[in-house]
Parts: sequence; C-alpha cells; structure tokens
Amino acid sequence: MLLISAQVNSKTGVPILEAVTFGVFSEVQRGVSGGLSGVLHVWNGYVGLRHVRQENDDLKRRLAASEITVQEQRALADRARGLAQLLELRDRLTLRTAAAEIIGAAAAPDFRTLTIDKGTGSGVRSNMAVIAPAGIVGRIVVPSARSAKVQLLIDRNAAAGALIERTRAQGVVVGAGDDRLRMEYVSEAFDIVVGDVVMTSGIDGIYPKGFVIGHVESVERSGGGYKRITVRPAVDFSSLEEVLVVLTPMPARDATQGVSE
Amino acid sequence: MKAAGVILAVAAALTLQTTLAHYLARGSVAVDLVLVVVVYVALTSGPAVGLLSGTVAGLAQDALSTSIIGIGGLAKTIVGFLAGIIGTQFIVAQPLPRFVVFFAATVLHAVVFMGLYVVLDLRHFGTPYAAVAGQGITNAVVGVVAFQLAELLPGAVERRRADKHRVRR
Repeated sequence: MLLISAQVNSKTGVPILEAVTFGVFSEVQRGVSGGLSGVLHVWNGYVGLRHVRQENDDLKRRLAASEITVQEQRALADRARGLAQLLELRDRLTLRTAAAEIIGAAAAPDFRTLTIDKGTGSGVRSNMAVIAPAGIVGRIVVPSARSAKVQLLIDRNAAAGALIERTRAQGVVVGAGDDRLRMEYVSEAFDIVVGDVVMTSGIDGIYPKGFVIGHVESVERSGGGYKRITVRPAVDFSSLEEVLVVLTPMPARDATQGVSE
Repeated sequence: MKAAGVILAVAAALTLQTTLAHYLARGSVAVDLVLVVVVYVALTSGPAVGLLSGTVAGLAQDALSTSIIGIGGLAKTIVGFLAGIIGTQFIVAQPLPRFVVFFAATVLHAVVFMGLYVVLDLRHFGTPYAAVAGQGITNAVVGVVAFQLAELLPGAVERRRADKHRVRR
C-alpha cells in the first residue's frame, strides 16, 4: 500500500505519500512549532515584561529627575524674573529729590512739625515724603510758595505703612507724640524681637518702599491678637538740619508685590 | 499801646517757639512760650486782657500748626481769663505762687486742649501725664524767670542811671 501510494501522484502533482507525509509532518511541525513558539512567546513575553517593567521604572526615575530639573529651571526662571523686577524696582527707586533746609519748628509743642525752605516753587506738593540719610522724616502737609510744613512721623496724627525687615510682618507705624513710634496691627503670630529693623512698606502711597523707619525697642503682648511694639526712630529729629523731599510721586501698592526681598 | 505790646510779645513768643523749640524740645520735655506769655500778660493785666491775649495767641498758634483752628484758641482763652482772675484775686508776687500758677495753667490748658480733641474724636493722647507734667514744670520755670527778669531789668537800668548821675556830681 505504502509503495503503491508512493508511486501514485496526487491532484496537485505531488506524490500522495509525499503529500500525506508532508501534510502530517507539517502538522506535527506546526504543532511543535506552535508549542515552541508558544513557549518562546510566553518566555519572551515574561522576559520582555520584566524588561518593560525595568524600563518603566527607569523611565519613571528619569521622568522624576526631569521633573526636578524642570522645577529647578522654573525656580531659576522665577529668580531671574524676580531679579529683573528688582532691577526694575531699583530703577524706579531712583527718586527725584530736592534738598531742603529746616528753618522752623512747630508753633505748639503738641504738634511735631518742621518748616523747610522749599515750597511749591521747587515742585513740593502735599503728601510728598521727606527723608533723611538715616531714614524717614515725615510728609509735606502744608506747602506754600517758598516753604512747606512737614509733619514728622512722631506726630500723633502721623502714620506710615511699615513692615519688619526680618519677618516681613506688616503693620502701621504711628506717632506717639513723644520721641517714639508705635507699630500697630502686627499679629501675635509673628516672631518679632528687639532690634528688628522696621521699614516702610509703600502701601500708603506716600513713603517709598524699603526706607528705614527705626528699630524695635520693645515688644509686648497686648492680648487683642496684636503685639504692642515700640519703635525707636532711626532719625534724630532734634538734630535735623537738612532733609530731602521726594518729588517722585509714590503710587500706593501691595507690600507683597514684587520681589520677596 | 498795651495791645501792641501784647501782640509783640505773642509774636516774639511764636518766633522763639518755632526757632528754638526745634532744638530744645525733646520727647516729653517741651515748652509752650506762647502759653507763658498769655499767663504772664493775664497775671499782670487782668482777666479781660488775659482773655483777649489768649484768644489772639491761641488762634495764631493754631494757624501756624496742623491743629484745628479754634481749639488752641479756646484753651488759651480760658487759661488767660482764669489766670487773670487769679492775678486779681490773689497775691501772686513770689516765685512759688507764680510757679504754681504757671504749672496749673499748663495743666488746665492741656486738659481743655486734649479734652476737646478727645470729645471731638479727632485725636487720642493716651496717658500724657509725664509729658504734661514736664511741660508744666518747664513753662513754670520759664515764666518765673521771665517775671524775675522783667522785675529786675527796669531796676537795673535805673540803678545804672543813678550811678552815672552820682559819678558826674
């Protein structure tokens, strides 16, 4: 049977024995191949899964590193932007000033005022800040043609937006009528110690930001949620002879605006 | 003539106050030369002149300071009038009574001045006892010295003239 089949050709021209043998063998091969390929597929898939997992972990690490780098770059960009704003602020703080000589004091001891020899003829207007090399002096309250009255910061009616340089705690510095100042509306949550520098915050629209007002002399708890702070002025008002009137108008601004100095 | 003298005295006090007070006034120790002049005039001339001089001096001082015009005028008017009454009703010829009058006038002026501000809710003064006491002592010392000088100077001129006349003889 086998010899006859081997001599007889099939419809395709291939001998029947060869075709059946090849067909059966091919199926075996198919099975074996399928089995092997399955095993290889499973094996390769497992190994490949492990590789992907490792690669995924590696990518995650690289992504995290990239994110850190991005944040660093963003921080650098912010810092550069802040420095640019600082430079811009510095440019804006190139104040136009007029030197003035003190020619008189208050007519009544209950008021702390000075009279200077510059008035509207020199560009002096109401609410212009008056400063000295040591710090803030006061503001123009009554300008005349050739002189002007300056309300000192220690006058009872005087006030200025202020902040503590070290902690950035904001408040309002008001005159006490004597030679000291009070800083009000400073939350008890802030850490403020004796000697802290008190500076102008610029929120009042009169005094330029960043000028020294004085130093903290005492800090007490008032019990109302605010600290009771006494400030010693940086300027010795009794020895003033010349002052500078800031002719550049000061727009009111948020103290937190701009660079976090 | 007397009115001109009072006005000149007030003007001189204001000039001294605005020129010298800047160097003299430190902290709570301050002097009110205008008040000293008002009390001096009231003690020497009576309540009517004291009242008028207080009104003029107070209004001038208000106009030159950053205060409400009229508050200082009213305070000095009251002080001038009462000091004039004291000067006519009591013998205030010795340094101690004068010192007391000047000190009391300063305290009364502070009470009226600050009281008006507080009642009108314009300013708050806290507890200015030390400042008022310091100013009262300073005003009293200046006032007593002014009285002594005013009483000694005419006599000194007369004594000098008498000495010159005696030498010529």
